[in-house]
Amino acid sequence: MLELEEIDIILNMSQRQGKISFYMPSFGEQATTIGVGAGLEDHDLVFPQYREQGTLIWRGYIVKDMLNQCMGNTHDVGKGRQMPIHYGSKKLNFVTVSSPLSIFFQLKIIFYLKLLATQVPQASGSGYAFRLNNENRVSATFFGEGAASEGDFHAALNFAATLQCQTLFLCRNNKYAISTHSSEQYKGDGIAGKSIGYGVQTYRVDGNDAMAVYHVVKQAREYIVKNQKPAFIEFMTYRIGDHSTSDYSVLYRSEEEINFYKQNNPLTRLGLYLKKTGKRQFDEDKDKLERENIRKQISQALKEANETKLHGVNSLFEDVYDNLTPNLKEQQKQLIEHLKEYGKHYKLEKLQQ
Amino acid sequence: MNLYQSVTDALDVALKTDKNALIFGEDVKFGGVFRCTQGLNEKYGIDRVFNTPLCEQGIAAFAIGLATVGKTAIAEIQFGDYIFPAYDQIVNEAAKYRYRSGNQFDCGSLTIRATWGAVGHGALYHSQSPEANFSHTPGLKVVIPRNPVQCKGLLLASIRDKNPVIFFEPKSLYRNAEDEVPLMDYELELHAAEVVKEGKDITLIAWGAQMRVLNEAAKQAEQDFGISCEIIDLQTIYPCDMDTLVKSVNKTGRCIVSHEAPVTGGIGSEIAAGIQEKCFLRLNAPVQRVCGLDTPFPLIHEFIYLPDKWKVYDAIKKSINY
Repeated sequence: MLELEEIDIILNMSQRQGKISFYMPSFGEQATTIGVGAGLEDHDLVFPQYREQGTLIWRGYIVKDMLNQCMGNTHDVGKGRQMPIHYGSKKLNFVTVSSPLSIFFQLKIIFYLKLLATQVPQASGSGYAFRLNNENRVSATFFGEGAASEGDFHAALNFAATLQCQTLFLCRNNKYAISTHSSEQYKGDGIAGKSIGYGVQTYRVDGNDAMAVYHVVKQAREYIVKNQKPAFIEFMTYRIGDHSTSDYSVLYRSEEEINFYKQNNPLTRLGLYLKKTGKRQFDEDKDKLERENIRKQISQALKEANETKLHGVNSLFEDVYDNLTPNLKEQQKQLIEHLKEYGKHYKLEKLQQ
Repeated sequence: MNLYQSVTDALDVALKTDKNALIFGEDVKFGGVFRCTQGLNEKYGIDRVFNTPLCEQGIAAFAIGLATVGKTAIAEIQFGDYIFPAYDQIVNEAAKYRYRSGNQFDCGSLTIRATWGAVGHGALYHSQSPEANFSHTPGLKVVIPRNPVQCKGLLLASIRDKNPVIFFEPKSLYRNAEDEVPLMDYELELHAAEVVKEGKDITLIAWGAQMRVLNEAAKQAEQDFGISCEIIDLQTIYPCDMDTLVKSVNKTGRCIVSHEAPVTGGIGSEIAAGIQEKCFLRLNAPVQRVCGLDTPFPLIHEFIYLPDKWKVYDAIKKSINY
């Protein structure tokens, strides 16, 4: 959680300094994402929304991987095709982040808004496959309380319930979808109330309590594989940071409100627990040093990632299909010829040969 | 076999040869509202041939999720007209899955079947031909058959292709087109247009049920004007086999493309532009599009809305006399 917080702080700053084009921190929700990571098995397939870097870090994604993705360089397994923070790792059973963005211009600030919950019903499909294969495996999908207003959320829960999918729905209810407060998002009893209506085993938990998150995820997971049925968890938490680096959240909520949650944040709570129970020896100087070390590592990785080349021209055409189709072959040839003559007008030196 | 029976036969082969293949959608369990999945549930079990809740976006997404973990997902959308709630899942998700993940994840083993085209009295929501909507989306393939033999071969090829494919079945042919369909397992090549009749004076291009209209119009024109028409079935609408079309038009010097869907923004525009670009010096007349009108698909006026034999015939006449 500490590492995650440092990464969020520094990458958020890096965006402000123009080193990366976009970032979304997970301040306030670290207990939820790390707790889920700990409660799941590593072979469970995760369909993320976008603010779940904690789960990915728990599984072994390192800051270098994150930075390579944010820079879109040749070390990025996504080949530089998506915006920053759209992580994915086949190796870590973490499906690539997607969801189209819609851009709103307001007060000269660009808000990037993730509108969709597209990954949620996809997780129902995978969960069906796991049941059919009799696997001890669940398909877990994250989404915010805003995304739960999308049609896809309703499709997902209804399909999972009627078709008995081994799917775990993980709703991060952090009170805001960008500027929209949850009171403008729904009138029922949160998202859990809807889940119950679909006949899905439902839990609600304090998302700022890492221990509670861990235990409820473990329990829900057990329920799923034992009964071959889906389960749903609503994590009550608070989005301490801005929605994204393109957002300035005091325009629509008070600083007092933010400060209240800052003081009661998940890191402080877990720290207090460890202190009281004596499970960890606290040495402030040592902790400071630890944080500094993490920062140094991140700066070094940032420098390296920045200096790495981007994928070459051909990469632009690959993976649209399994093989290049005739139209793509033709367009590839045209582009290469164009660049031969006009290459000096493009920043080709950034690309790998 | 008629067309719906050839679909069933192809699905039967797909389920038999691939233990990971699953078929699902609205009402497919009892055999489907067009009988395309008749008997499959009894033969392969309720886990492999099953009903879903009534929700198109859910069907498409569920299929993507299955394909992501290695299942061969064969989803049915009851009518092409009702594929639009799934548009987001198909266009933003399925089509881009492989590309956006750098080929870490893909949903290539996904096929979406949907009924398609005019049926005589289907009006606005049981008649549409939405192939152009999906042919503006890199990552997808769009395939439409014209007869039972070709339908089985193309459907099996689509199911086994490693990319998401939308397979539109002309519902007017389900019971009207009959053929001797081989019972064996066979595939027809995707991306290949088929020259179904050779000719030297004019190239006529269409797909699906419109192929019948072309045949009739060509027969009449050949009789009346003493010409010979070359008729091409596009088969794979996107990405299409431009080479075969160009070769033909370079030979004939004239080209007509015809489809039921509205003319503006239809596939006809794409083909006309491509032909104009690649056959400019060989063209003896403008490329003509004989298509549906830029109106919703009407009920009582269907017979004058459609690009029928006489509209195509007239276009041939104008082209020849240009």
